[in-house]
Amino acid sequence: MKKLIKGNIALCEGAITAGLESYFGYPITPQNEILSYLSKKMVEIGKIFLQAESEIAAINMVLGAAVTGARSMTSSSSPGISLKQETISYMAGMEIPALIINIQRGGPGLGNISGAQSDYFQAVKGGGHGDYKVIVLAPNSVQEMYEMAYDAFDLAEKYRTPIMLLSDGIIGQMMEPAELNSRVKKKKNIEKDWIIDGCKGREARSIKSLLMENGALEKHNINLQKKYRVISKNEIKYELYMVEDSEIIIVSYGISSRIAKSVTKFARKNGVKVGLLRPKTLWPFPSKIINSLAKSNVKFLAIELNHGQMIEDLKLAVNGKSSVSFLGKAGGGIITELEIFKKIQELNL
Amino acid sequence: MKKILSKPKSLKSVVFSYCPGCGHGIIHRIIAECIDELDVREKTIAVSPVGCAVFAYNYFNFDVTEAPHGRAPAVATGIKRTQPNKLVFTYQGDGDVAAIGMAETIHATNRSENITILFVNNANYGMTGGQMAPTTLIGQVTATTPFGRNLKREGYPIKLCELLSTLEGAIYLERVALYSPQSIIVAKKAIKKAFQCQLDEKGFSLVELVSSCPVDWSMSPLDSIKWVKEVFIKSFPLRVIKDKT
Repeated sequence: MKKLIKGNIALCEGAITAGLESYFGYPITPQNEILSYLSKKMVEIGKIFLQAESEIAAINMVLGAAVTGARSMTSSSSPGISLKQETISYMAGMEIPALIINIQRGGPGLGNISGAQSDYFQAVKGGGHGDYKVIVLAPNSVQEMYEMAYDAFDLAEKYRTPIMLLSDGIIGQMMEPAELNSRVKKKKNIEKDWIIDGCKGREARSIKSLLMENGALEKHNINLQKKYRVISKNEIKYELYMVEDSEIIIVSYGISSRIAKSVTKFARKNGVKVGLLRPKTLWPFPSKIINSLAKSNVKFLAIELNHGQMIEDLKLAVNGKSSVSFLGKAGGGIITELEIFKKIQELNL
Repeated sequence: MKKILSKPKSLKSVVFSYCPGCGHGIIHRIIAECIDELDVREKTIAVSPVGCAVFAYNYFNFDVTEAPHGRAPAVATGIKRTQPNKLVFTYQGDGDVAAIGMAETIHATNRSENITILFVNNANYGMTGGQMAPTTLIGQVTATTPFGRNLKREGYPIKLCELLSTLEGAIYLERVALYSPQSIIVAKKAIKKAFQCQLDEKGFSLVELVSSCPVDWSMSPLDSIKWVKEVFIKSFPLRVIKDKT
């Protein structure tokens, strides 16, 4: 049975169903429902909830909990995610799996509290210092907030990597009917042979990102890159909608893709051959499928709530085979269907 | 024949890389002895700092994780909350615990997080080449106070134990030193008491170990010991600052 629920709450339910054992967070709008909900729910189910003294402390508590093998999560919104980046880099280097939620708001700086998609670069290019990537999931519905938060833990543990759910204030705050029984409740975590939980019956272990021995860091980086190539090969997810005979293909993710989809339907009714490609993973990015759809008689249109970030990855994927246009805005406004349709008409001339 | 002294099981059979006269080797040794004596090696989880003692995991024969600079108390909080039956301690320098990580230190204390901080105070940033630390004495010359620490410019040395003692959550706080066999015995007792405080689930404990850093102080090991005894501990008096155990 479907339940009318907020995106921020649905993701909590997804994480709990996946066996979330500890949550550490700090208040910031528009993700406060997550803290409030988990402060009650986690205690009721005998799991760990702690409001940290800062976003920095929260992500470091996640690091600590996750080195013991516990499924752990933190959440924040854009400025708070910036604060967490140092430790996300450590976790990538130390190969520690955990879930980081970004319910994006407008930036730069303190910005505002409206939904935005302006943290794309930060999320998909690494975010902190050093040569690393985190898997980035981009839900576009309350249902996907639940499902992706659930799936994130298996993915993170499979590859021993931090993973980010990159959502926005609109999906976080909006209510939609969602099926909350679409995933199986996880009872026990898989055995992990790398965790730090006291060396009873085994050799002592250490987890580190400082590698000072000659050649050690170079080797570690090569191994990380190998892992990222495997992720890029196996974990790309996207949705195709009416792209087969399209002359214009919109590429859009998250909340923007919802608007883009209704415009696609509307344009088709009006005889314009428009399709939609929606990346569900932003890193790894669906470059291969985009490249296979790129032809001289196809035009691409990137739509995002920023001033042009994903479009760079789109252009790399298209590799000059098609023209690539952009429509976006940042700072709290949302793109309307009319604005998108006008842009399509321009491209269709 | 009865063996009366041997290398603690909690130390690996490797050679320390610390400088001659540095306190870390002594501190590692007495921590390892305490853990052996309490028979908790297999349930100990340590958090190593950023600084010279980051290499603690090369020497300690129990589980150790790294933490970003200053964040060890938060990392230890995450560990302890998920592994409440383990002995969890952080090993931190003065810059780590009282400059960049002050917020984490204060809040872990205030929550009376059931962990132990072993705070090594050597009045400078050792690994980076002897810059001013929050505990650098007034007038002390460092790599970044070439004319001596000036209270009008750099302010006063922070007495962390005294600061934390105002918090309800602080259960056991003691400052000890390592300048003589007797003081090392006292230091070891303090560490053991702090660990016992944690094992008894009484709450937050911190032991400040006034140490020496001869290379960055530009002193011989013997002169360093003399300076600790005659100057350093005059500003950082050795005492039990708080004991609610």
